[in-house]
Amino acid sequence: MHELSIANAILDAVRQEAEKHPGARVTKVAVRVGELAGIDPEALDFGFTALVKGSDLEPLALEIEPLPRRHRCRQCGGTFAVSDARLACPECGSAESVMVSGDEMELAYMEVEET
Amino acid sequence: MTRVAMERKVLTENDRIAAGLRAQFARHGILSVNLISSPGAGKTSLLERTLERFGAGERVAVLTGDIQTDNDARRLARWGFPVRQITTGGACHLDARMVEQALADWDLASLDLLLIENVGNLVCPSSYDLGEAAKVVVLSVAEGDDKPLKYPAIFFKSELLVLNKVDLLPYVNFDLALACEYARRVHPQIEIIETSCTTGAGLDKWLEWLKARRAMVVAPSIILSEAKDPRS
Repeated sequence: MHELSIANAILDAVRQEAEKHPGARVTKVAVRVGELAGIDPEALDFGFTALVKGSDLEPLALEIEPLPRRHRCRQCGGTFAVSDARLACPECGSAESVMVSGDEMELAYMEVEET
Repeated sequence: MTRVAMERKVLTENDRIAAGLRAQFARHGILSVNLISSPGAGKTSLLERTLERFGAGERVAVLTGDIQTDNDARRLARWGFPVRQITTGGACHLDARMVEQALADWDLASLDLLLIENVGNLVCPSSYDLGEAAKVVVLSVAEGDDKPLKYPAIFFKSELLVLNKVDLLPYVNFDLALACEYARRVHPQIEIIETSCTTGAGLDKWLEWLKARRAMVVAPSIILSEAKDPRS
């Protein structure tokens, strides 16, 4: 249950970024969470909502974009989503592939409204 | 409504502190290892057997994390090496700031090896970089053999899987080959060592791994550091 401290880090980042936009109100923050990031999106959303409630940032929406694990085949160069940790290329069958995304925990953007 | 791009990692502050620690460890030629497992998999026992095998001249120190109590630090202090307990007071993982604070008054120049025992948890510690050279995941055969598939993040991020308590294999329903296959599915390059802290099986291999890994820190080669990154 470290999602609460992750949510806290997101809010810190929002406050920091908001300072660059005086007079504007932040309405939404969007994050990208890879399936190998070790984050449960529901728990993150729960922690985020709890922290925002009654804070200076209320109301603030959180958008979580889940990113599947994707690999690039070393043989044919194609990329594919890995499901059930099966790493063989669905196109050419090669077992040689490298991960290109899936462990992200990133801030994507926030939306601000001029007040 | 205006959209403002942020495009940075969520844990920027933790990563910044971790990068500072990593630079310090590198400067002093210290191998730092972050040991992660569920509670009861045998991290502390593995450290006990490790310290027991080290000679008095070995330049090793241990940080051990728990939510409450300093029981582990007391268990580990018996061998006379510097040991410090980090009590998180509720947090389910260590973060880089806790490690930085715990090391603040230690003379890093006197160390070759820093063993960091994380809070027992297979999920949360995987998100926090502690500046370590390598994460090591410990899985005991008293747990399920499908743990690598259930908790892929930590198996993906660990260089080494220590499969502990292998002396219990006759008594438990744990398929060793299947556990290894699952771990390699999640992380094809992961190294695996089977150990028992009760019989001592495999501990020599673990110590050899530490020695070889330390050599990489002291004389880092481009080839080895590339091989470390699962994406390369």
